[in-house]
Amino acid sequence: MKAHVIITLKTGVLDPQGKAIQNALHALGFAGVDHVRQGKFIELELAESDPARARAEVERMCEALLANMVIENYRILLEDEALEGGETPPADAGGAERREAS
Amino acid sequence: MKAAVIVFPGSNCDRDVAVALEAAMGRAPLMIWHGDAAVPDVDLIVLPGGFSYGDYLRCGAMAAHSPIMGDVVAKAKAGVAVLGICNGFQMLTETGLLPGVLMRNASLKFICRDVPLRVERTDTPFTSGFSAGAVITIPIAHHDGNYFADEATLDRLEGEGRVALRYCDSEGRVTDAANPNGSCRNIAGITDARGRILGLMPHPERLADPALGGTDGAPFFTSLAESLVSA
Repeated sequence: MKAHVIITLKTGVLDPQGKAIQNALHALGFAGVDHVRQGKFIELELAESDPARARAEVERMCEALLANMVIENYRILLEDEALEGGETPPADAGGAERREAS
Repeated sequence: MKAAVIVFPGSNCDRDVAVALEAAMGRAPLMIWHGDAAVPDVDLIVLPGGFSYGDYLRCGAMAAHSPIMGDVVAKAKAGVAVLGICNGFQMLTETGLLPGVLMRNASLKFICRDVPLRVERTDTPFTSGFSAGAVITIPIAHHDGNYFADEATLDRLEGEGRVALRYCDSEGRVTDAANPNGSCRNIAGITDARGRILGLMPHPERLADPALGGTDGAPFFTSLAESLVSA
């Protein structure tokens, strides 16, 4: 089973890279963009096929290594769930998830 | 006093700090590969500067899970002194031995220059050779040295007197203009609650010999040599 992990900075943590990207977008003429935040995307291939156990395992990975809980949040998307329409992925990531899975 | 320097793939200040330690201690530290299972019995463990694992994922994140680190954490908790310089400071926050995190510099630039620091604590084995409030000049060389912790953690660090070093101007004034990387409250180095673990972004080993252009960093190592006298 494939798992996707999206790591973002917590609200209130300054993101100078996101700010620099936003400034560059403004310089390119994209005036209507605000609050740009940069994060990380990690793709994992898991031997585990049970979604609940897979999610629990990836949560442990996030807490132990993938995210730094002092400044970051993580979100886990399991590909099989997205395909089967089991758990609804977060709205802002679900579209991309389905496009990639098709 | 016996010391061990842990060498990671990508460490590049391990030999510099070994030279500074040998000058202060009169004997060379042990150089311990990160893949080893245990650190020999020593009075001081040094996590050196560099770019362990190419700074993959987050600076210090991979090194914090190297095989040797289980024993480093255990020995640190048992009271063995631990000095983390630059990448070593990043490792200490990633292992949770020190609170907070070192984020990308606010300027987004890699900064490599000498900066003035104010010594805030002189009652630790790392800083006992300094006079209180001393202003010293030490080089920094990092892309991710922007110390961040939430307000409650920062207040706790201040309340417990755990801010050991702050970025300041040449007169010792702690100002925004003297903050090179955006660190919360100009923090350049902090200790654990017992004052047995010091993490700092500046590189004292790079200015610890007249041949290097200055000796402001030397007291860190002579302090350790005097404080950690063993059989």
